[in-house]
Amino acid sequence: MNPLLPFDWITALRFLREGRMQTGFIIGGIAIGVGVIVFMSAMLAGLEQNFLKRVLTSQPQVQLLPPDQIARPLRFGEGEFAEPVVQRPSQRVRSIDQWQAIAAEARRMEEIAVVSPSMTGSALAVRGEASRSISLTGVDPETYFQIVKVPDYLVAGQIRLSSDDILIGVDLAREIGAALGDKINVTAASGARRVLTIAGLLDFGMKAVNLRTTYVSLRTAQSLLGMIGGVTSIDIAVRDIYAAETIAQRIAAAHPVQADSWIRTNAQFFSAMRAQINTNTLIRVFVGLSVAFGIAAVLVVSVIQRSKDIGILRAMGARRGQILRVFLIQGGLLGFLGSLIGSALGMGVLLYWHSVARQADGRELFPLILDPRLFIGAALLATLVGVLSAAMPAVRAAKLDPVVAIRG
Amino acid sequence: MADEIIRLEAVTKAYNTGLPSQTQVLHGVDLTIHRGDFVALMGPSGSGKSTLLNIIGLLDRPTSGRLSIHDTDTGALDDVGITRLRGRTIGFVFQYHMLISAFTATENVMMPMVIDRGFPSSEIEARARGLLDEVGLSAVADNLAPNMSGGQQQRVAIARALAMNPDLVLADEPTGNLDTKSAADIFALMRRVNAAAGASFLIVTHNIELAKRCDRIVEVIDGRITQYGNAGRKGATA
Ligand SMILES: Nc1ncnc2c1ncn2[C@@H]1O[C@H](COP(=O)(O)OP(=O)(O)OP(=O)(O)O)[C@@H](O)[C@H]1O
Ligand SMILES: [Mg+2]
Repeated sequence: MNPLLPFDWITALRFLREGRMQTGFIIGGIAIGVGVIVFMSAMLAGLEQNFLKRVLTSQPQVQLLPPDQIARPLRFGEGEFAEPVVQRPSQRVRSIDQWQAIAAEARRMEEIAVVSPSMTGSALAVRGEASRSISLTGVDPETYFQIVKVPDYLVAGQIRLSSDDILIGVDLAREIGAALGDKINVTAASGARRVLTIAGLLDFGMKAVNLRTTYVSLRTAQSLLGMIGGVTSIDIAVRDIYAAETIAQRIAAAHPVQADSWIRTNAQFFSAMRAQINTNTLIRVFVGLSVAFGIAAVLVVSVIQRSKDIGILRAMGARRGQILRVFLIQGGLLGFLGSLIGSALGMGVLLYWHSVARQADGRELFPLILDPRLFIGAALLATLVGVLSAAMPAVRAAKLDPVVAIRG
Repeated sequence: MADEIIRLEAVTKAYNTGLPSQTQVLHGVDLTIHRGDFVALMGPSGSGKSTLLNIIGLLDRPTSGRLSIHDTDTGALDDVGITRLRGRTIGFVFQYHMLISAFTATENVMMPMVIDRGFPSSEIEARARGLLDEVGLSAVADNLAPNMSGGQQQRVAIARALAMNPDLVLADEPTGNLDTKSAADIFALMRRVNAAAGASFLIVTHNIELAKRCDRIVEVIDGRITQYGNAGRKGATA
């Protein structure tokens, strides 16, 4: 006997060891439950992080746009409308009024990390016979690339935006038959034209995006789109990404701009995420309950099987409290051991799934997040559930009348 | 007369007290056991021998009357006090091999000491092995309880009953399911331990031959006791 273990621990361990079959089965059951929770939680965290990373590197966290132009219905008199159907006017490309002042003020705000004015419009990319309509974004590379991590998507060439350079997607390059260093014609709707050199090729992982997205310097875009000195958007990176929406609302309240935060533009993702988290919580609760019932069932049977042993221990001087602890410890140990094996199991499946499940382009579906808090939490919770579910059988064991138990 | 260990005064025991099915099992039992006594408890089946033994062993409480151990009235003790007193002054040997099957012979003998002190130790183990040696079981000291013969298990139980150096060993038909030879061996072993360690013994038996080799015979009939002395032994009355 291990001299470091007290009576109740020694006895609890021996009882578990002697009842190998029961112990093995219940630990297996707990392990499967905990494994599912660990796997699900880790994958969910990974998917969320992956999404956040993608969103936060591919779009500004707050974007200031010119306000919507709204058609006001003409009113003749009280409650009477001349034209009940109000048609939205087509939104033409407009510059933000007073954008320098708004940008300067945004730069002064504590919560804002980077401010970058940009201009976006449509144009036609022409090379020889081929032409494709593109979305032309003029940016200030210094600041803009801190907000949208375009350089992360560069697959050839370099991130260089002098006034004659353009960065285009790999699919656009293929469709118009252009290669790195080639020159292409860019024609705006107004008829303005520039010849630009392909400085870099980008791959965003989505063909539709690769076909349309192009970057030029802000000045080039301004001159092509006929808005010298104007910008169509002020892009902002904030310090606390989850404060983006309140910051956006504050700016919108103070200035004649429309402010969109990434939280609002990805509202669908957030509600999907919340639904997932709720489901996950529900699954945890039910797995916890079934683990509790399993442990209680095994221990109730064990108390009955061991009533003679309990009677002998009591006859030899074991107090009720000691008997109680023998069974509480068994419950805790079952939960703890089950959660250890379950964590290993969940992690194994997670590693396997991580190596097998790939996105279409071969990149990982979700990053591997092995948060030690997840495992520690699972172990603590399972141990607690074990002790709690052992309470009823343990009280029964402690209350056992030794005379009855021994007469058996 | 030698020191008094146990004194019962007008002890009664009734089951289902207050119910229509109430049964009175013991009727005013007076009994005293002294240090070194070796007493046989006899009587027909259902007469109340086990009930009396359980009361003396502090496993059960009398319905009325007084049970004193070393002049302490046990009626005043709470469960923890009773349990501690039981662990330290009484050793039990039951009819069926009442060893804990999850433990080896040595560990079974260690158990009362581990319970009392909280933790095992090498002294406790050494004492357990010494006791097993005394009952002639060194060879099977590390066998799990179920891997021993009935007689061996009963000898382990005797060693275990002696672990805490008890004042009194209570044995409820310890030889009841052993063959005649093993029964005689076990009985002789208890007699030897009684002489060597000075522990008193109260042994329930149906074997009159064995009973005759005790100092005294206490006979229980319908919940009342009669006592006989055995020739050449200590006094016949309490
Ligand atoms: N828990 C109980 N409830 C009701 N009656 C009981 C209970 N325990 C014992 N009895 C009754 O008390 C009487 C004495 O029982 P006890 O076990 O003391 O007899 P015994 O002398 O040990 O008999 P045996 O020689 O068969 O072991 C019996 O009639 C028995 O039915
Ligand atoms: Mg009996």
